Amino acid sequence: MDQTRNNSTAEIETTVLGADEIILNMGPQHPSTHGVLRVKLKLDGERVAASECIIGYLHRGVEKIAEHRSYQQFAPYVDRMDYVAAVSNGLGYCEAVEKLLGAEAPPRARVVRTILTELQRIASHLVWLGTHALDIGALTPLFYCFREREEILKIFEKYCGARLTTHAFRIGGLQYETYDGFEEEVKRFCEDFSKRIEEYETLLTENRIWLGRTKGVGILNAADAIALGVSGPVLRASGVKWDIRKAAPYAAYDQYKFEIPVGKNGDTYDRYIVRMEEMRQSRLICLQAIENIPTGAIMARIGKVLKPPPGEVYHAIEAPKGELGYYIVSDGTTQPYRVRVRPPSFINLQAFDKMARGSLVADVVAIIGTIDIVLGEVDR
Amino acid sequence: MMLDSILFYFFAALAVGSAILMVTRRNAVHSAVFLISTLLAIAGIFLQLQAEFLFVVQIILYVGGIMVLFVFVIMLVNLDVAVRQMKFNRQSWVAGLLALVLGGLAVVVYRSGGGAFNLMGAPATTMPPNAEQVGTVLFQKYFLPFEIASILLLVAMIGAVVMAKRKI
Amino acid sequence: MPFGIEFDDIRQYIAPVIYALVIVAVLPLMAGYIVLLERKVMAHMQARMGPMRVGPHGLLQPIADAVKLLLKEDITPKNADALMFWLAPLLSVTMALLAYAALPFGPAFQIADLDVGLLFILAISSLGIYGIVLGGWASNSHYSLLGALRSAAQLVSYETAAGLALVSGLLLGGTLSMKGLVEAQDSQGVWFIFVAPFSFFIYLIASIAETNRAPFDLPEAESELVAGYMTEYSGFRWSLYFLAEYANMIVVSGIAVTLFLGGWMRPLSGVHAHIFGLPYELLDLLPALIFFGLAAWCTKLALRQGEQIQKMVMFLFVGLFVVLGAAMAWSLTSTSLMPGIHGAFWFIVKVLVYLYGFLWFRFTFPRYRFDQLMKLGWQFLIPLALVNLVMIGIGIVLAQQFLWPLSLAMIAANVVTLIVAFWLVRQGDKPSIVVLPAEDELPAAGPGEIR
Repeated sequence: MDQTRNNSTAEIETTVLGADEIILNMGPQHPSTHGVLRVKLKLDGERVAASECIIGYLHRGVEKIAEHRSYQQFAPYVDRMDYVAAVSNGLGYCEAVEKLLGAEAPPRARVVRTILTELQRIASHLVWLGTHALDIGALTPLFYCFREREEILKIFEKYCGARLTTHAFRIGGLQYETYDGFEEEVKRFCEDFSKRIEEYETLLTENRIWLGRTKGVGILNAADAIALGVSGPVLRASGVKWDIRKAAPYAAYDQYKFEIPVGKNGDTYDRYIVRMEEMRQSRLICLQAIENIPTGAIMARIGKVLKPPPGEVYHAIEAPKGELGYYIVSDGTTQPYRVRVRPPSFINLQAFDKMARGSLVADVVAIIGTIDIVLGEVDR
Repeated sequence: MMLDSILFYFFAALAVGSAILMVTRRNAVHSAVFLISTLLAIAGIFLQLQAEFLFVVQIILYVGGIMVLFVFVIMLVNLDVAVRQMKFNRQSWVAGLLALVLGGLAVVVYRSGGGAFNLMGAPATTMPPNAEQVGTVLFQKYFLPFEIASILLLVAMIGAVVMAKRKI
Repeated sequence: MPFGIEFDDIRQYIAPVIYALVIVAVLPLMAGYIVLLERKVMAHMQARMGPMRVGPHGLLQPIADAVKLLLKEDITPKNADALMFWLAPLLSVTMALLAYAALPFGPAFQIADLDVGLLFILAISSLGIYGIVLGGWASNSHYSLLGALRSAAQLVSYETAAGLALVSGLLLGGTLSMKGLVEAQDSQGVWFIFVAPFSFFIYLIASIAETNRAPFDLPEAESELVAGYMTEYSGFRWSLYFLAEYANMIVVSGIAVTLFLGGWMRPLSGVHAHIFGLPYELLDLLPALIFFGLAAWCTKLALRQGEQIQKMVMFLFVGLFVVLGAAMAWSLTSTSLMPGIHGAFWFIVKVLVYLYGFLWFRFTFPRYRFDQLMKLGWQFLIPLALVNLVMIGIGIVLAQQFLWPLSLAMIAANVVTLIVAFWLVRQGDKPSIVVLPAEDELPAAGPGEIR
């Protein structure tokens, strides 16, 4: 737990004895901070009295890079923010620029985009589930999750040649037509996947130790969640029914039926349940979409050189981790004047202090896991 | 039998040597380790006297139980300060006096010969299992003292809990 | 003879010394193969292959690991307490190995049949904690110290429950000698697990906790404490800790097998079935058949190996199994050797089954939080163990003084324990009172405010 050497022995002893308030440092190199997050904890005995997240260890200046790249050139960079959900990042950016251009992707492209994005949501949630369970000490779910994620990545690889940072979409539609057997493979995956979720759930959902480690841990109530701007599964687990796929449909989400799972207590267990249910719903969306992919063009006619009219646009999508927004200002040249990203991990991480206060040190690991952060996105 | 003597002198030397080291070490954890070694050596002497039950109880209670808690507490206490401090800095003459008295006593005992203590010699042959005998003696002959002792310990334990817990 | 030592004095030490040497020589190898087994079992539970490269199906992996560990640089951290840092792993492994002195691997294979055998093993294994605590302290690292302290607290807590569970087994056996306990089960015709299932259950949980295995592996929880007390160790000294952990696992399994699973007795030892007019009992043929089956399976695997060298190594294992099978079959013909050799076989098989349970738990369960671990120990296991002990005692009195049939008395005793267990579980499910600080009592932490 304690990382720094400059805390004297006296301080660490008081942790155990529970006498004084001490400062404990987690990270930036720590096995369970999911990258390079550094958390400073003020401890009252074993309890967290206050906390502070120190970020920026992975800052790469993505937003600044955008100002020196053309619109198309910047598209691969967004994949490197939330690198476990690159497809969703790409979708958000492409749609934002399309909105700026006043163009719209053809129906076929929109449906394929929806399918791939939902598969990416499942993949992202699988990474979350595996690592979260691993942090709490369950070894096996990680391998099961990565087994299914592998299937999704294979579909991505077949579609666009890349597995992780896919750059699957282009502004105005798709670069590639779907490959032969795409529908069958997605369908087969979705049909298998319902059994797989059952498998994860038998390992965790009713396990007494899992319940003990997650129930009542890291509670975030709805008012706090809204006040902090939290979005995505974390917000829904607190009981707020808010999903941009329903509230402001994009891609082809208005054509499909799906539920928005909502939690009750806003604790780590509810966030687990919400994400599990979201995977099921994503599966249903994929199955609906795969049944009826429209034929036609995959690329809108937008020209080779993009020069959006001067102006600004904000476009948000429901990424696996929450509301992913792009605010783009154009000055009429080929390069954006300013790109500002609203990354869900960064804003959800704000709620960490609220969740961690009053919990035990061992719960901090669970709470970091349950927010589902990706440091590439937090630090950009 | 020669082997018995060798074992006895080995354990005795170990016990005395460790005891001396335990007193002289500055580092509290080292002292604790040498105390453990002393206790183990004494357990060895018990075993050599074929008091198996006593041997095991000595290890379980003193070494495996009490000393673990000792070491536990020593580690929690700030050692850096303790190491720097002079131990017994103004009590050396008391210790010297005590050592003299005890040494004198030892000389007197040695001089007055084996008759000073009326000890039975250790039985030459293997003794019957003595765990049963200890049980029988404790629960029949010394039943009342045994129970009184256990109640005393219980009272002490409850008292410790009450004192340690600030509010119940 | 010099020193007046007679040959007769020495002769009685020869067999135990040989057994001891064999155990010290074989145990590291066995621990290595248990690690391989663990990795293989884990891999198959997790839909992977596990070690496959060193030797066919990773069969030489333990040897490669051992060589790697021995050749690694042995690092003593700066400011570490050199003496204790050196002593701690030695203590750990010595205590783990000492416990084998009283473990009966069969009616013939036991170094010393002490009258207080069980207590001796408990005493010795309770000393192993010093290796952990001193090592953690000597490393001069916070992770190590915290790991060591957690470990000490955990061991002290669960030793109580384990001890109470074992006492109920002792009540049934009426002796402290390990050999005597097995013989008691033999003469009563029933393994004590069937008479006192709760004792076994409590001991199972407590033994996992005592060996610091998942889901009780908090002292070495990698997501919290990196590697706990072993964090600063490397190379050979680290491997000593590792060896001690696996040796301890075998010891606790050995205790459970001896006390609850009938020790070296063959399963269904009361059943005497003969077929085809063979002079041997059907079930006594099992050990030989198991080894021959393993040999056949290995042959199948060997034929599939592509590399010539892999094929040869696999056939080496085929040969090993054939030799062992032949030994099992041949010992059937000798009435004097049969109980010893077959006893050792069944004992080891039972130990492996118990160890399999350890592995199974490890890959299935998440890890307990420290307060939950303590709560389970003190508020569930120890009360249950106490009730169980009293009930077993009452059952024995009913059977001996009031001449109830033993089965009826024990069923009644265990039903009461079961009810208490349910009650304890329900008590535990009630939310414990946690005094959280009120919102406004906590200081607001802005950026840079915590220093």
